[in-house]
Amino acid sequence: MAGTLIDVPKTAKRGEIIRLRALVAHPMETGYRREITGAVIPRLIIHTFTCDYDGEEIFRAELFPAMAANPMIAFTTIATKSGPVTFRWIDDAGAIITEKVMLNVTE
Amino acid sequence: MSSPSSKPCGNPLPKASDGVSRRAVLLTLAGGTAALLAPPIHAEPDDMAKAIHEFTGGISPQKGRIKIDVAPLVENGNSVAIAVIGESPMRAEDHIRTIALFNEKNPQPQVARFHLTPRSGTARVETRIRLATSQHLVAIARMSDGSLWSDEVEVIVTIAACTEE
Amino acid sequence: MIRLLLAFFALLFAGFLALAEGIAPEKRQSGFDMMSAETQSLQKDDLANPAMLWVKEGERLWNSAPENGERACAACHGDARSTMNGVAARYPAVDRPSGHLLDLDGRILQCRSEHQKAAPWARESRPLLALSAFIGLQSRGEMIAIDEKETKARAAIKRGRDLFSRRFGQLDLACVHCHDDNWGRKLGSATIPQGHPTAYPIYRLEWQGLGSLQRRMRNCMTGVRAEPFPYGAQEWIDLEAFLKARAAGMVIETPGIRP
Repeated sequence: MAGTLIDVPKTAKRGEIIRLRALVAHPMETGYRREITGAVIPRLIIHTFTCDYDGEEIFRAELFPAMAANPMIAFTTIATKSGPVTFRWIDDAGAIITEKVMLNVTE
Repeated sequence: MSSPSSKPCGNPLPKASDGVSRRAVLLTLAGGTAALLAPPIHAEPDDMAKAIHEFTGGISPQKGRIKIDVAPLVENGNSVAIAVIGESPMRAEDHIRTIALFNEKNPQPQVARFHLTPRSGTARVETRIRLATSQHLVAIARMSDGSLWSDEVEVIVTIAACTEE
Repeated sequence: MIRLLLAFFALLFAGFLALAEGIAPEKRQSGFDMMSAETQSLQKDDLANPAMLWVKEGERLWNSAPENGERACAACHGDARSTMNGVAARYPAVDRPSGHLLDLDGRILQCRSEHQKAAPWARESRPLLALSAFIGLQSRGEMIAIDEKETKARAAIKRGRDLFSRRFGQLDLACVHCHDDNWGRKLGSATIPQGHPTAYPIYRLEWQGLGSLQRRMRNCMTGVRAEPFPYGAQEWIDLEAFLKARAAGMVIETPGIRP
């Protein structure tokens, strides 16, 4: 299920430190669980999460199997100018999930 | 409910007179057990130390300037809310570049690495992690000047009742 | 000495009978109140509660035509925010045309097969849970209020009450033993809740996913080492009817988080 929950303020003042929070639907299969037959369920996790805003990557996370399922990450950034904030998740299978929200920055 | 006449815990070892040597059976059991034990599902206490060593390049971090904020006792190890908070002006000339989080007893010692920039504003990152059992967590911050700082906490993980198995 | 022992056991037995009367209405508490502050705050935040991922999917399904091109839910039921308000609060309820007592998921399945003529979904399947969560959310804040006087419901509540008091499994325990008699105490390291269905479907941290009341009760039966009733069994409808009567007036929290 390619679903996300994004918490980004709609507007911010220039120079204000804002909190960005992003949650994505993903089982984050660790690779350590077994089926009832004993067969190992192969690992399939999101290994990289990035956020781009105002022309560059403002945050990056490398994730390991110890992250919870449907992972949530919150971090901060300084509001510079109005524009899109783009979140990107990449998993072991190469799937890329992208979500973009608009941030309005006032003087 | 099993009948009173059923054998407890499987069949007893065959006697030597059964045509199968006891040694052969014991060796098979040992081999089978070894097969069951791989891949490893528990970290060695060294694993965390090794992973930290790799991240720091062998340098011992100093305590301070980074804090792990997590409940000392959590209801379910599948979803543990955690924040890592770095003390830093987060300016171009003085900021936290990376925060690495390690665990002691999960199958793998690494949890996450967060990369920050002078545009971050603060060095506060929140997330939710999985903890297989009660254990220690270590966070290490690498500053823009290369210095390394750490914090360590202990978390007690309680187990849910009445699950699918 | 024997007389003393007999007196002791008589007291214990009497005490046990006295306990098995259910929970006084004013002493009822949602499982929410017994969770850690951390888990509670997760439930209260719609942008942090992973169950909302299923709600979003449910909303999408509500507004989409099924694969066969028939009408979407919205075509008949309009805006769920108004038309589904209070609906989950009165389930299980009788479906007038068929005369069956249905739980909400059963109702959704019936709509799908009868009115949308679409291929049936399995119990506990992702789309069914998504719609169940979306529709359930429209009753958040409402009080549980099923029609207890309706004939079929009354019979189901009685059968449900019997099930709630019946011993099951290798551990030979009935629901009452934990959820009426020992709520608030610990089973291992977990706090035993009273077992009110105020938040279903829930994102259970243990499952790392969303599941129904039936799934949770199946876990209870596994917990006492009994073979659980299959999904959709009449026993689950009866138990849910009883649990809703037992929780009458309590506030719905759907979609909840539980450990």
